[in-house]
Amino acid sequence: MKDALGSVQSVLLLGGTSDIGLAAVRALAPRRAVLAARDEAAAARTAATLPAGTEVVGFDATDAASRRQAMDAAWGGGDVDVVLVAFGMLGRAGDEQLADARALHEVNGTAAVAAMTEAAERLRAQGHGTIVLLSSVAADRPRVSNYAYGSSKAAADAFARGLGDALHGSGVDVLVIRPGFVKTSMTGHLDAAPLSVGADDVAEAIVAAVRRRRAITYVPGAMRWVSLVLRLMPRPLFRRLPF
Amino acid sequence: MPRARGDLLTRVLLSGWGRTAPTAADVERPAGAAEVAEALRSSNGRGVTARGLGRAYGDAAQNAGGRVLLTERMSAVRRFDGERGVVVAESGLSLDRLIRMLVPNGWFVPVTPGTRFVTLGGALAADIHGKNHHRDGSFSEHVEWFELVTPAGELRRVEAGSDLFHATAGGMGLTGVVTQLALRLIPISSAAMRVTTERAADLDTLLARLRARDEEFRYSVAWLDCLKRGAGMGRGVLMWGDHAEADGQPLAFDPASRLKVPFTAPPGVLNGLTTRAFNEVWYRKSPRRPHTGPESIAQFFHPLDSVLDWNRIYGPRGFVQYQSVVPLEREDVVRAMIERLSSAGTSSFLAVLKRFGRASGGHLSFPVPGWTLALDIPAGVRGLPAVLDALDALVLDAGGRVYLAKDARVRPETVERMYPRLGEWRAVQRTVDPEGVMRSDLDRRLGLTGSRA
Repeated sequence: MKDALGSVQSVLLLGGTSDIGLAAVRALAPRRAVLAARDEAAAARTAATLPAGTEVVGFDATDAASRRQAMDAAWGGGDVDVVLVAFGMLGRAGDEQLADARALHEVNGTAAVAAMTEAAERLRAQGHGTIVLLSSVAADRPRVSNYAYGSSKAAADAFARGLGDALHGSGVDVLVIRPGFVKTSMTGHLDAAPLSVGADDVAEAIVAAVRRRRAITYVPGAMRWVSLVLRLMPRPLFRRLPF
Repeated sequence: MPRARGDLLTRVLLSGWGRTAPTAADVERPAGAAEVAEALRSSNGRGVTARGLGRAYGDAAQNAGGRVLLTERMSAVRRFDGERGVVVAESGLSLDRLIRMLVPNGWFVPVTPGTRFVTLGGALAADIHGKNHHRDGSFSEHVEWFELVTPAGELRRVEAGSDLFHATAGGMGLTGVVTQLALRLIPISSAAMRVTTERAADLDTLLARLRARDEEFRYSVAWLDCLKRGAGMGRGVLMWGDHAEADGQPLAFDPASRLKVPFTAPPGVLNGLTTRAFNEVWYRKSPRRPHTGPESIAQFFHPLDSVLDWNRIYGPRGFVQYQSVVPLEREDVVRAMIERLSSAGTSSFLAVLKRFGRASGGHLSFPVPGWTLALDIPAGVRGLPAVLDALDALVLDAGGRVYLAKDARVRPETVERMYPRLGEWRAVQRTVDPEGVMRSDLDRRLGLTGSRA
């Protein structure tokens, strides 16, 4: 159970090798964590560095049976307080993103929507819990450089906000986290953008969002205003931005 | 064709008086033991708990995803023995209604907490205490017997002194649902209180005054200013009282009409600044030397009851009450706790200190001989989890404990060590509830029944 100050006891991480997801598990410091990962071996190595009470289960986000198995494993050990939806792919940049667009939408969009739907059903039945979607500031407005990625995140992001409203009064919260550029293994090959943050910064923001039950969180906080400006910017200008 | 039970249930979001950590449960309003038994027998796997007026600060009367039985339709007075001073009433009856009935007849409840808006069932489940604990003990010591619907759905009369009685008194509702109880009353000859007020300039003076004069009075409590640092640290106001002698006035109880906090305050209304100002005013308006005068029952016992929904003033994130007790010889821990709080800049709007007397026989009953300190703190205060964990460590080290009816954040392993009779309680609880029907969020969070999830 989550306590009065927002400390949680159990976490299911969907995307069990995600740098941000793992940092969030460390920061939430639950008594029990389940890492659902495609690369079970890698997740198991990480689990060994996490406190006792960390389990690993195989997970393919795009496979309904696999999602059910992972959730069965998590709920088999009791209530789940937080479901972190942290799996995803970045895809390539520039023109090559067109070739990746469908896969991006299948993973970041459709699979995330399915995972949130299934988790929401279980959380509603248990009468409490929090879904945290790792979205992106890229979901706010499609940019030339990564609109395939941004639009796939936008789908999940919009769904999560609607789901959160639909679940109002059920004891279940749905929180959206929109980091800017995060330096992780997924982005290691890219040049860091302005206002970039580390996985631990995002993890801290997730802990604060869970404590306050805040629906939308930008990381860093200043990104909220940057994003607002970007969204209001006239298109001819926006399209010429150098990032 | 019988109606599906699902038709009778409504899912509702419930939280405790602190308004933190709400969870959803299916609520029902059984009208008596038979309907309670039926609800217990048809539990959906996430269990059942009873809820009275929701004054437990934390998650004791919540049951996420399960069933919550509201006792509001079980509030009748069954028998009143004006010779012996014993009342038999249903568990959903509030102390407010009971006091209104008793006072004109020259009787009073043996124990009242700081609010009249608690039920008899809740009073027993939390084994509540009042300002007279140093003399009269806790609520369950005045209960002769109660009727319990066991988790298996059978109705049992439980006499004081039995194992099941001790597991239920302070057992946080996890042994079954109490449907009625017999309560021994105390006689009064006036509706007025004779109250002595005095202020103490620092903690040492305050503790010394409580030690020196408590035994002269039936009721005793002290209010503390937790924000004052330096020489005046722990300054406060002492309040002692007794029921007044007959004064020719009629025995009447009619608390003044009540104010209401109409909406949830914006966050941060209660901050260091407002709390400091409030404390300063309260301290300054109290008499420097002992002053004795009359007060009404409501003024003396239930000052906050004159403001409806006062918990809304803490804003959307709510508040926690941290109430602990440490042995009498560990005054140093009382001091250390206040120092820890004031150095963290944590503003406790209301801090109350009292000396407890003997413990009751309840396995999980909170009061033990010692100093009890209660602190109301906004839940949103930065760094609060670590501050309260530090207080837990101080309390635990001194052999003390925190009050489960107030708790909303203690850790399971800490509770195991704070309540040495937990094992004894579990043995009785498992005998009466082998299927694990009685559940609550408090139980899930702390693993009280041993089936944490």
